[in-house]
Amino acid sequence: MSRPLRQRLAHARRIATVLLSSQYAYMLEYRAEIVLWALSGVLPFIMLGLWSAVDAAGGLGMDSLQLARYFLSAFVVRQFTIVWVMYTFEEDNLNGRLSPYLLQPLPLVWRYVAAHLSEQATRLPFVAMLVGLFFLLYPAAFWWPSISSLLLAVLATLAAFALRFLMQFTLTMVCFWSEKATALERLLYLPYLYLSGLVAPLALYPESVRTFAFWTPFPYMVDVPARILAGESVPVLQSFAAMAAWAALLLPINLLLWRRGLRHYSAMGA
Amino acid sequence: MRSEPVRMAIVRAQGLGKTYRVADKQPGLAGTLRHFVNRRERLIAAVQEVSFSIEPGEFVGFLGANGAGKTTTLKMLTGLIHPTSGTVEVAGHQPQRREADFLGQITLVMGQKQQLIWDLPPLDSLRVNAAVYGIPPAESRRRIAELAEMLELGDELRRPVRKLSLGQRMKAELLAALLHRPSVLFLDEPTLGLDVNAQARVRSFLADYNRRFGATVLLTSHYMADITALCPRVLLIHEGRLFYDGSLETLTQRLAPCREVRLELHAPLGAEAFASYGEVETIEGREVRLLIPRERLTEQVGRLLADLAVVDLSVSDPPIEDIIGRLFHQGALA
Repeated sequence: MSRPLRQRLAHARRIATVLLSSQYAYMLEYRAEIVLWALSGVLPFIMLGLWSAVDAAGGLGMDSLQLARYFLSAFVVRQFTIVWVMYTFEEDNLNGRLSPYLLQPLPLVWRYVAAHLSEQATRLPFVAMLVGLFFLLYPAAFWWPSISSLLLAVLATLAAFALRFLMQFTLTMVCFWSEKATALERLLYLPYLYLSGLVAPLALYPESVRTFAFWTPFPYMVDVPARILAGESVPVLQSFAAMAAWAALLLPINLLLWRRGLRHYSAMGA
Repeated sequence: MRSEPVRMAIVRAQGLGKTYRVADKQPGLAGTLRHFVNRRERLIAAVQEVSFSIEPGEFVGFLGANGAGKTTTLKMLTGLIHPTSGTVEVAGHQPQRREADFLGQITLVMGQKQQLIWDLPPLDSLRVNAAVYGIPPAESRRRIAELAEMLELGDELRRPVRKLSLGQRMKAELLAALLHRPSVLFLDEPTLGLDVNAQARVRSFLADYNRRFGATVLLTSHYMADITALCPRVLLIHEGRLFYDGSLETLTQRLAPCREVRLELHAPLGAEAFASYGEVETIEGREVRLLIPRERLTEQVGRLLADLAVVDLSVSDPPIEDIIGRLFHQGALA
């Protein structure tokens, strides 16, 4: 007979608390490195500089304040949707660290999710400082998002992170067959960069490209949550439905590849 | 009349086999280009037709040269890899199904690999393990204290793992691997790289754990002292096939038909003086080592004592590592 639900929930809560706190302690050991990573994510600010110059030259359809708020929001969303599970998994696989984890009665994925969430928590104060600095340098761009759009933006960012994690974790399964599966992620980074809204708001793209982009999962990873945070109008329900649809498509593929991958696993390095 | 209770095997392997597919590439640029255009692979049978069973509470040594198939077999027994052929059952489960109940009953310790978080004290990793295995906090504290005492660990549990010596780290790894009190232990070279004192401490801990909790242990080790001290029974694997399954004593007798006789003489003698007694191993001044067939041992020792001016004499088996090393080296198993 399975354990009562309440007992199982308490067990899950304890695992989550302990995993998150130990991973947070671990991440704090690497706080200097995380600051550098946070600083290296300033691409949206560079793009803001470029697009502001273009805007000054003549009508983009977005004024400089809108652009500033969009790129600042894109920076924040990007900071909390960075996923590196494939790189860690590949390393763990190659040096044999995967095996002891696979022998514990906890699905491996939760260790990586906890590591990502803890890293985001470590990142949080530095992101807040950079946002503060941005407003100091560009006070005209300051705005308070309404509580509802803030909550919605947090939800959309969490969903974006979940989708991006699921997508990369599905690709990660290739590590069971190839020792250098991260090359795939690098290949995927290009469409992510252009179609997610990191280099430009999708509103500035030609109609055909924009239509195409919204048939891919990428705009939901930056553009949509960033526009919600910046206070722009976004088809919220449609966007969340699209994210759910992509997750529903990726999840069974992920589970299938996981099961097949485990059959193929050779526990190398262990 | 009393009948012997029937004991069910806790580990059972039947016709177990594992074949790996490996890339077959010739060296050099031409080989690389050929391999790029026409990738060829070949099959390597790492383990073939291995069958054995282990009863609860047994301490079994798993011997074999490097690449003989020991680790591959352990990986199949723990469910890390799927067998290509045969069946395996551990604690009533098929390991490759990785059911939570099965995972809660076993552990695998690999001497060169670690599960402890490198930058944090072992206690942090132990806290995670306690939560994962559902051990209540008070009970986990009690178990940590008990195992730490058995392993002679104290303050080390509060120091970052990276600051611990190899021996301390290995002991902390053992603690982490045993916190959930598994009933089946698969130990792959748990004393590798440790100094003699640390090896002895780990050895005595394992014997203690086996006695105290009735755990079943399958141990591979390159240190024969581990095997001779802990394992009444050994499995010997060679080129993927099980060559021997039985007591260590019988193996020694079977593989070493001679016993070693050490003599200390009054005065040095040449090798020709010992030709009629047995095979001379070494002569160093007044000290001589001879190999004498077991069946002629009593007779020859009597003759040695009667014929020569002997100050001291001792008889022993040659070290087991010498026997097995020689065996593998000579390919005597083929």
